[in-house]
Amino acid sequence: MAELTYRDAVAAGIAQEMRRDDNVYFIGEDVAAAGGVFKTTGGLLETFGPRRVRDTPISEEAIVGAVMGAAMAGLRPVGEVMFSDFFATCWDIVANQVAKTRYMTNGQVTLPLVLRSANGGGLRFGAQHSQAVENWAMAIPGLKVVAPSTPADVKGLLAASIRDDDPVVFLEAKSLYATKGEVPDDEHVEPLGRAVVHGDGDDVVLIALASMVPKALEAAQRLRVEHDIGCRVVDLRSLVPLDMSTILEAVGATGRVFTVEENPRLCGWGAEISSIVAEEAFYDLDGPIVRITTPHVPLPAAETLEDEAIPSVERIVDTVVKEQ
Amino acid sequence: MERPEGWADEAKLDETTRLDLYRKQSAIRQFEQRAYDLFLQNLVKGTSHLSLGQEAVAAGFGAAMRYDDFSFCTYRGHAHTLVRGASMTGLMAELLGRSNGILAGKGGSMHLTSTEHYAMGSYAIVGAHLPIAAGAAWAAQERGTGQVAVCFFGDGTTNIGAFHEAINLATVWKLPVVFVCENNLYMEYTPISSVTAVEHPAAQRAAAYGLEPLIVDGNDVDEVYGIATTYIERARAGEGPALIEAKTYRKGGHSRADPAKYRPPEEVESWLARDPIDLYRARLLELGFEAAVLDDIDAQVLVEVNRATEEAKAAPPPSKDLIYTDVWADGGSQWRN
Repeated sequence: MAELTYRDAVAAGIAQEMRRDDNVYFIGEDVAAAGGVFKTTGGLLETFGPRRVRDTPISEEAIVGAVMGAAMAGLRPVGEVMFSDFFATCWDIVANQVAKTRYMTNGQVTLPLVLRSANGGGLRFGAQHSQAVENWAMAIPGLKVVAPSTPADVKGLLAASIRDDDPVVFLEAKSLYATKGEVPDDEHVEPLGRAVVHGDGDDVVLIALASMVPKALEAAQRLRVEHDIGCRVVDLRSLVPLDMSTILEAVGATGRVFTVEENPRLCGWGAEISSIVAEEAFYDLDGPIVRITTPHVPLPAAETLEDEAIPSVERIVDTVVKEQ
Repeated sequence: MERPEGWADEAKLDETTRLDLYRKQSAIRQFEQRAYDLFLQNLVKGTSHLSLGQEAVAAGFGAAMRYDDFSFCTYRGHAHTLVRGASMTGLMAELLGRSNGILAGKGGSMHLTSTEHYAMGSYAIVGAHLPIAAGAAWAAQERGTGQVAVCFFGDGTTNIGAFHEAINLATVWKLPVVFVCENNLYMEYTPISSVTAVEHPAAQRAAAYGLEPLIVDGNDVDEVYGIATTYIERARAGEGPALIEAKTYRKGGHSRADPAKYRPPEEVESWLARDPIDLYRARLLELGFEAAVLDDIDAQVLVEVNRATEEAKAAPPPSKDLIYTDVWADGGSQWRN
């Protein structure tokens, strides 16, 4: 085990897979010589050379299209879209081409590719470099959607995403890049579609993803100490595949469900989970399902505004205390 | 345009190649005419975009490609898929939405694909497949397979961003890809000339990417075959991409619902007088080929088209289970446990 930052775990995950499989390639804007604008991919160019780690023009359609074409023709490529907001510039290739081609061709085409991106707010970048877009990707049949909350999961889930034979949208929480955690030195692969449960409180379950997981964990601690409310926290880790059995088990154990979502309110992932829980576990519930989300607004830039918009530890604690 | 050195000389084409070019064009023509008839009988649903009048482009490139070169085409892609060797029954059945369709009915007319013939798909969003073709070429370059990607698109594509992104990347990375603009003068209903800054929408953009301005008579299959062979083999030899503009004309409208009344009659007349198959037949006869040999090819194709039609019509619709297959590589569509 070594202590790594969330950002260093990105390079560790890619390096592990590039060492293992010569067909793994990595491209994107500023990813090679500069090591990434978030310094997530430093050292890969030096280790694997300029053919396998390659800078592209600012051409998101070309990046994602090239990754798709290469995946059709025998590579297992990873492409970086610098900020997840930029998926809007290449959404045709992602949503119409990458996602649909296997289905449309009755399985003739297999697309083992990963599209990595820095997702979400917290860095005061304003509305065009801060949105949490996991619900965009989740809405498209044919995309797997992965969003880790710890450095160990960055490495393990990225490795699994690269090995997966389906297209994966891999969303790194940019507000977590500086966080640290223990990461296995040896080969580390975490299966997709398996949520992790923290704690065994039986009053409330907080369901969270990526940047919201550390906040949910801190809120759970305060709820226990300050309000004697026992929580368990479900870290979803991937939205597609979605580990509903772990969620439903936690619902059964607690009877109260709170989702903690960074995405804007409408059609956020919590809405889908709430609907499934209401359909399948209604009689396990002791009260309404409550969604704690960013309001349905573009994200503002100023510190005080951004912090108020994105769910905070305080808002989670207050909401649970009030609703519980 | 100056003829580049090494351009295959169509005057020296051998008999087999010439008959192959004739056969490919005849197959496209008869297949598409049948597809049109089946539309009128309401057996083909949805839409379809025919290449009638543009056969020489698909035939010339099809004949010039190595069996394992990748081809990428558009929603107007029956011709390009057929010339790679895809099953005529499979294609016809796909148009009819039958279980023996090449995509089992899941794709339809606009998405014909036959990866076993390296026909890597028909893409129905304008421009999307140019970067994808570049990506396939990138994989071929890295893996050292010697494959070239050939990417067909219409004149309207030259005004969309993906065209420029893809050609720039292909040039910078010196990828083995040949981009083929089939300029039939109309995007859908609007003349390309009325919305484009330059007269030759592909060729005049080539210089912006350091490429030669290449224009070919897209209704002359020998010319098409010549330029195709030259630039595919250049790309294979590691000399990078090419952008070729083939001037051609569609006999009918953009899609089945379009009578194409927006085209001036004298323009239509002058292009129909240059029908690529009529032109080629006349050339072959002049070169001493016997009419009976060409008639025989047409007759063989007709038998094939008839058989494909009957096999497609006789097949049942796809099983409803297919709705849930092949979203994922495990064959299924599960998104939760």
